[in-house]
Amino acid sequence: MQNGYTYLDHAATTPMRADAVAAMLPFLTEQFANPSGSHRFARQVRKSIDEARDDVADVLGCRPGEVIFTSGGTEADNTAIFGTLDRRGGVALCPAVEHHAVLHAVEARHGLVVGVDATGRVDHDALASALVTSTDPVSIVSVMAVNNEVGTITDLAGVAAIVRRNAPNASIHTDAVQAANWLDLRTITPHVDLLSLSAHKFGGPKGVGILMARAGSAFAPLLVGGGQERDRRSGTHNVAGIVAMTVALRATDHERSAENERIGRLRDCLVDGLQDGLDDVTETVDRAHKVAGSAHVCIGGIENEALLYLLDEAEVCASAASACASGAMEPSHVLAAMGVPNERARGALRLTLGRTSTEADVARATTVIIDAVRRLRTGRAA
Amino acid sequence: MKVLMALSGGVDSSVAAAELIDAGHDVVGVTMRLWGGESDTGCCSVADVDDARRVAQQLGIDHLVFNFTDDFNAHVVDPYVRAHSQGLTPNPCIECNRHLKFERLSERADLLGFDAVATGHHARVDVVGDRFFVHRGADAAKDQSYVVHMLPQRELRRTVFPVGHLTKAQVRQRAIALGLRTATKPDSQDVCFITQTGGREAFLGARIPFRRGTVVGSDGAVLGDVPAIEMVTVGQRRGIGLPGGGPKRYVTAIDRTTATIVVGDEADLYVSELTVEQLVWADQPYTGDVMVQCSAHGAAMPAGLDGNTVHWQQPQRCVAPGQSVVFYDASNSYVLGGGIAA
Repeated sequence: MQNGYTYLDHAATTPMRADAVAAMLPFLTEQFANPSGSHRFARQVRKSIDEARDDVADVLGCRPGEVIFTSGGTEADNTAIFGTLDRRGGVALCPAVEHHAVLHAVEARHGLVVGVDATGRVDHDALASALVTSTDPVSIVSVMAVNNEVGTITDLAGVAAIVRRNAPNASIHTDAVQAANWLDLRTITPHVDLLSLSAHKFGGPKGVGILMARAGSAFAPLLVGGGQERDRRSGTHNVAGIVAMTVALRATDHERSAENERIGRLRDCLVDGLQDGLDDVTETVDRAHKVAGSAHVCIGGIENEALLYLLDEAEVCASAASACASGAMEPSHVLAAMGVPNERARGALRLTLGRTSTEADVARATTVIIDAVRRLRTGRAA
Repeated sequence: MKVLMALSGGVDSSVAAAELIDAGHDVVGVTMRLWGGESDTGCCSVADVDDARRVAQQLGIDHLVFNFTDDFNAHVVDPYVRAHSQGLTPNPCIECNRHLKFERLSERADLLGFDAVATGHHARVDVVGDRFFVHRGADAAKDQSYVVHMLPQRELRRTVFPVGHLTKAQVRQRAIALGLRTATKPDSQDVCFITQTGGREAFLGARIPFRRGTVVGSDGAVLGDVPAIEMVTVGQRRGIGLPGGGPKRYVTAIDRTTATIVVGDEADLYVSELTVEQLVWADQPYTGDVMVQCSAHGAAMPAGLDGNTVHWQQPQRCVAPGQSVVFYDASNSYVLGGGIAA
């Protein structure tokens, strides 16, 4: 991070861990061989991938053979949805607040999209009813572990019980891209057949991720070719990325409970500070239902597009909803699904903390945001 | 000064940004996302935003994207559709300038601490006496003062048109010299929210019910019919369902209540007066000799202006209701005001 900047956009991406960067270097230099080769240099590299797979399996609480390395979260999500539909037929189902990597995949195949409650959690009754009334059998249900915008944690055990009861043949997938920093993944994997992760959200590099697929969860590969990853994901391994991701995942797993406490306190301080300094700031989801690193507020009387400009000018990196291809801010589909009125959603601000966040970041961001909001509310530049 | 430069992704605004930087201003580029629907005209597309961003990078300035799609629908698209259903021929680009490029953008710019808003229009803002007026651009063939005629003093005071003193050829030369990817990009032509494949008919047809219209001669004799009276404009010659070969006939009047389209000779189109509504003035309302322009690239003709009535010196073809009518000073160099043809 450049000096002076206050980075509060860790849910978009978080800085790489130094040990993860260091772990990549040998594979960008001497250990350049293709791990699928048949000579000793290849076998050496292959060993690093196999070790990485064991490590990932340990953190996930699954078997090494259930770990598939992908190019990231989107590929993992797409493989789960498209691959299951292609192999097993039927339709896919997801809640309306999913990340677009799931939502657009489900919509592209004319799947079912069910509603959520005011905290963003899938409506259990709507889920059960959609499963039993669907004319086409539901072959995959995809429910995110943690929402990327508002930070809500899904009760996956509850979701799984409903799916198993009402659609026993359906696979359960979870996009756990936003969960790795905050939730013990071993508590999630027992409830699902498929799970997606993305390295750059937990201190690894961009362009690499994981699809965990339980033995027996039938899906067609998205990419075919050289037959890597036991024919489930062809393409030469991103060796440096896979090794670095694994280093980052191990470290994240190790530090998780301490970081949850530390960052949770920072987050509370940030949101309390904003609410103390400004009128009409509402917390979108109460803290009991969300992960420690997520602060999401709706600020009355301002447009977040203007606020983000002033924050950017003051070197505070934050975000609102997801951006579309043009870079324009799109109205949030998550807030709309949660029933947040348009005029509140216009003032939505997402501040997400992570490993590098400090008390000084929170203090500075609080001051800058309060100043910027006051300036926008008085309607004229200071 | 701190200037918010509207970058459309075209060559004019690209070079305008470069001119502002050269003049020593602190420039931030912004592309407005206006139309959220289907488009194939290239305008307002993601590719244009890419071009704008790349130009900003090459020039070393920040680039923002503002999403104004809701305002664009409310102030441009919805009124456009409504106007057609009322039998008018609106000019959506002018409404976009009025409400988005100036009103909405300059309010935002003000809020964010900018001193001025700039666009790539071929026009100039100059002082006459102690007041600001939009003057014609240096390139007569590309002059766009007509489409920015509605700016009042408070907007003119904080508006900059950095390429108004250049010809289009000079703009392109400058873009080539700077190595900008927009240097040879063609000018945008069409209404950005209407697809080339579907056209106006498909766009309107999906939004309003079309009514069949009867085509009659000036004597009232029925000559034919058209499937959609909403698609017909006064002055139109083609596409009114009349057999070819005869004398040229033009739409001279449209009566919506009876769904009747009256056609006549070209001579029937000529009128000596024009009524203009919704008048706006750069400064004070004006009465007296003016030059009047009724389309983006039409010639301005001399007239006397009295209240909201234009008295042509020579009879002129009638103007389709809904079109913008712009008044220039008698020397035809700057905008006094304008309005909408009744």
